[in-house]
Amino acid sequence: MTTTRIDARFAALAREGRAGLVTFVSAGDPDPDTSLALVRALPAAGADVIELGMPFSDPMSDGPTIQASSQRALKHGQTLAGTLALVRAFREGDDATPIVLMGYYNPIYIYGVDRFLVDAHAAGVDGLIVVDLPPEEDAELCVPAMKAGLSFVRLLTPTTDAARLPTVLANTSGFLYYVSITGVTGTAKPDFAAVGRAVAAIKAKTPLPVAVGFGVRTAADAAAIAAYADAVVVGSAIVSAIKASLDANDAATPATVEAATALVRELAGGVRAARRTAAE
Amino acid sequence: MSTPQPLNSFRTGPDERGRFGLYGGRFVAETLMPLVLDLERAYAAAKADPAFKQAMDHHLATYVGRPSPLYFAERLTAHLGGAKIYFKREDLNHTGAHKVNNVLGQIMLAVRMGKRRIIAETGAGMHGVATATLCAKFGLDCIVYMGAVDIDRQQPNVLRMKALGAEVRPVTSGSSTLKDAMNEALRDWVTNVETTFYCIGTVAGPHPYPMLVRDFQSVIGIETRAQMQEAEGRLPDSLFACIGGGSNAMGLFHPFLDDTGIEIYGVEAAGHGVDTDQHAASITGGRPGVLHGNRTYLLMDRDGQIAEAHSISAGLDYPGVGPEHAWLADVGRVTYLSATDDEALDAFKLCSRMEGIIPALEPAHALAKAFALAPQKPKDHLMVVNMSGRGDKDLDAVARHLGGAL
Repeated sequence: MTTTRIDARFAALAREGRAGLVTFVSAGDPDPDTSLALVRALPAAGADVIELGMPFSDPMSDGPTIQASSQRALKHGQTLAGTLALVRAFREGDDATPIVLMGYYNPIYIYGVDRFLVDAHAAGVDGLIVVDLPPEEDAELCVPAMKAGLSFVRLLTPTTDAARLPTVLANTSGFLYYVSITGVTGTAKPDFAAVGRAVAAIKAKTPLPVAVGFGVRTAADAAAIAAYADAVVVGSAIVSAIKASLDANDAATPATVEAATALVRELAGGVRAARRTAAE
Repeated sequence: MSTPQPLNSFRTGPDERGRFGLYGGRFVAETLMPLVLDLERAYAAAKADPAFKQAMDHHLATYVGRPSPLYFAERLTAHLGGAKIYFKREDLNHTGAHKVNNVLGQIMLAVRMGKRRIIAETGAGMHGVATATLCAKFGLDCIVYMGAVDIDRQQPNVLRMKALGAEVRPVTSGSSTLKDAMNEALRDWVTNVETTFYCIGTVAGPHPYPMLVRDFQSVIGIETRAQMQEAEGRLPDSLFACIGGGSNAMGLFHPFLDDTGIEIYGVEAAGHGVDTDQHAASITGGRPGVLHGNRTYLLMDRDGQIAEAHSISAGLDYPGVGPEHAWLADVGRVTYLSATDDEALDAFKLCSRMEGIIPALEPAHALAKAFALAPQKPKDHLMVVNMSGRGDKDLDAVARHLGGAL
């Protein structure tokens, strides 16, 4: 494959003149079968890129919503092998929507980096976001991942200053993920004007698409960010919708898949309504 | 396999990437990375500034109460009939444990860096108390994250922190113990990066923490060298310290690492036994993984999910260990043993009754192994056990465990 699914998708979005919607759910939340049904339903609801959380016992960068979703998945026996199986099953019916796995390093390290990269590529994974691997630790996973044909999507944050930006951009591929707040997922609301300035500063230094996430909850938030970013990432709001549909024992109900896809349709509407304007 | 070259020195780590061999590193989110680099620069500048050391020595002498005595445990020595047993009395420091040595250094760094809001995690509460104490002394805001389970079993320390003006935030995520408190502190730090200094309580976390905490604690070993020279005219033959994260142990061991004739023992918490799933012995019963900013030995399941640790001692109840210990275990310079809850309790009782010193349950683990080895050593063998904290905080837990038969 010469063009990756990620590159193809962002090229298509550019042709359409709109931003993309990146949706996050934790793999295996609330259980493996429901999670697969849910992920399968995301593209039709308007997800352009699927970000799939690899559940971890100690998610240091996540707020309570995603912490709880990881715990639900782990309680149902979700493993990294199970997450790759989910991707394989999804790929049987969709060979176009990019899938990016997001999580923490330890489960990958324990699975074995080389074996993981081979298995992830074979399963149809397109990229990785690993929160606790900054550029200083690139030799661990980033460089081997790029050699194995997987994009390594880097997080940029409000604390990444101009001096550090080139270091962070150096080994990034696929797209960049700008974290709109200093904080954990699903908590504070971003300052849209400040985020716009930051995205413009990043885009001046790299041809890679820039996605923006953390704290985006509503269609209006998504539209505001879609005006200047190449993609909008929504996680905690979707995970909250899943949680709200569960029964008292945190088990899936007939409403679970629809609860998530209804919100995704709404968010996609926001993203698609936004006119692309150059950030000024 | 080829035989590794013998090392010229065991005291050169970490390297510029913060590694001790395979271990250590900077496994943190990008948001924190600039902060971690700032801290590294600030620490290097402080180390090069004679005024910093001078101020620190002054506070260590007049506020902490250093040097702490090296005490000859005469009755225990006679009772066990072997090695001469000495205690390094870190329990006599202000706040009652070794934790204050490190906290003083970090709080002075925070002041230099212009940070006025201090966060900390705590297990047994000793690091929380030390942090609350120095924040009071330097007029800084202090927030301590503590697992809800630990808040229950360490009430006296919770009250001390509150009396000192700190806010104690209960942590109910995960297993509600030390590792979860550390997760929560990291979440706070990532949220309040501009204003906040994270005062880590042990030789773990991202580089430069394992190095700087070790350096601040090394005063223990430096004093011990001089005091043993004074008492016996020579260096000790063996050293013992308990290992949770391992800061009291690194502090005692580091100045002696290149004296290769000295036997060094770290004692982990074996809980109900390392062959059960109820222990906290990461080196003895774990394997290398990545958590809380560094690679080290961790307790985890086969999928890399971190396991809950167990120890009667809240201060040792952590599923990891400092990365320098992981390296010292691999290269064989330090021998890592483990003591069960019951062995620690026996040592707690024996020490209290024979020396009039009530040890914390943490150093009681080190005492247990020292007491086991002492009878096998000749009478001129000089043994030092790091008495890393006082046991007042543990009396409730011990009484509960012994069914009131203290």
